[in-house]
Amino acid sequence: MSRVTLLALQLLVAIVALALWQFFATVPVFGKVLLPPFFFSNPVDVGSQIVKWFASGVIWKHLLITLWESMLAFAIGSLGGVLVGFWFARQPRVAAVFDPYVKMANALPRVVLAPIFTLWLGLGIWSKVALGVTLVFFIVFFNVYQGVKEVSQTVRDNGRMLGMNERQLMRHVYWPSALSWMFSSLHTSVGFAVVGAVVGEYLGSAAGLGYLIQQAEGIFDVAGVFAGMFVLSAFVILIDIGVTMVERRLLVWRPAAADHRD
Amino acid sequence: MPMAVALEEATVAFRVADARLYTAVEKASLAVAHGEFVAIVGPTGCGKSTLLNVAAGLLKPASGTVRIFEQPLAGLNPQAGYLFQADALFPWKTALDNVAIGLEIAGAPRAHALERAQGWLTAVGLGAFAGRYPHMLSGGQRKRVGLAQVLIRDPKILLMDEPFGPLDAQTRQIMGNLLLQLWTTDRKAVLFVTHDLEEAIALADRVVIMSAGPGARIIGDWRVPLARPRDIFEVRLDKDFHALHREIWAVLKDEVMKGYAQSTQAQSSQAEAG
Repeated sequence: MSRVTLLALQLLVAIVALALWQFFATVPVFGKVLLPPFFFSNPVDVGSQIVKWFASGVIWKHLLITLWESMLAFAIGSLGGVLVGFWFARQPRVAAVFDPYVKMANALPRVVLAPIFTLWLGLGIWSKVALGVTLVFFIVFFNVYQGVKEVSQTVRDNGRMLGMNERQLMRHVYWPSALSWMFSSLHTSVGFAVVGAVVGEYLGSAAGLGYLIQQAEGIFDVAGVFAGMFVLSAFVILIDIGVTMVERRLLVWRPAAADHRD
Repeated sequence: MPMAVALEEATVAFRVADARLYTAVEKASLAVAHGEFVAIVGPTGCGKSTLLNVAAGLLKPASGTVRIFEQPLAGLNPQAGYLFQADALFPWKTALDNVAIGLEIAGAPRAHALERAQGWLTAVGLGAFAGRYPHMLSGGQRKRVGLAQVLIRDPKILLMDEPFGPLDAQTRQIMGNLLLQLWTTDRKAVLFVTHDLEEAIALADRVVIMSAGPGARIIGDWRVPLARPRDIFEVRLDKDFHALHREIWAVLKDEVMKGYAQSTQAQSSQAEAG
């Protein structure tokens, strides 16, 4: 299938879905509207809501807040994950002692922490960042831990035979290996940073995309809810494209990552 | 004349899964003179690589001594360069950086290290591939980079563990010739492990035969009477080559059969146990 046909077909799916939605939300079938506007709104209303947000500029403030929260959550969570992952991988005894607690913390559905974070950190951005951090941390942590542990014995021996000391092994062998594992989970961890931010906003905040959706829901403004959802998906797709670009640059040396995404 | 590598009655044992001791190599004595090319041949799993790891200092023998240039070996052997059987290049570094790393970690300025590395890549015929990552190179090219990576540090001893094992027959011969050509310029002591008797005779000054494991021993030691410089393609047609090959094979064959029988037995008893 050529690129053009593929794109055309992909567009067609969106058009058909929107057309059906619009049709069943506005035209009665056998005397009955199948998608009552109160519950389902319709594409035209949703679209005009989105246009209104961007035209008036209200949306930018919320987008920026969500972006900022996601970035902070990602940065702090990754940093913590890398440090702890490295530490545990190099100190098997520490890892063994903490193992049950790590598993326990990871098993906990993170949403239940949101009220606590709101209590501790208030309604500002930091309670959302904290929620995102708890999600990002574990993904990065497990990957870095694995990455350091799974360095091939031969590559490690080769480093030692070439004269590397412990510190040089760290820099030239363990660190790149751990980073490659971390970057391979970049899509997931960035995605989770956004999830943390939005869910946190939804549960209690004064700004952000989650707040916008929650506000619309509060006044039964279904068009507003849908509009928020669409903006959010576009936002996540844009971030994902950015991540793919970063990944391409950083993982040129890896066959799978380089060939995989075309 | 000082021996570059001297193993005396070296015994190596591993603790295996059920806490039993597995003796891989028993009382092996082996000496490699300075500038001498010694090949170790033996059946699969006989502990050839174990012996090499002992000489490298990656393994400590349970008993016996290891001397490197008359000095007892403690820890890793800093005089040795090790070419591994499996891929050992750093996959996140380009060919050039892979070769340069040995100098860089020794404290050489990066520009100098890169320049020398480029020279070595050219010497192994990969001058135009400096920017490639290992996964973009063929198996033979990766071995060439590995060779340059080891040789740039100018080790006095070269340890090679079936370095050309995974390559196809033609590439092996080309690599063999490249190795001989590089070795001729400054004769290092070489300890070359292989399961291929022909390769061993074609390359080495001496061929050492090991018995089948466990408790493998050195059971034979032949001097190769072929003149140098050699060409691997042509030396195989030599009369002396054939005579020596027949002589060594007569001894090696029994060990190969024993090794084969043991490996199949071990498999079937495992299958029964499982």
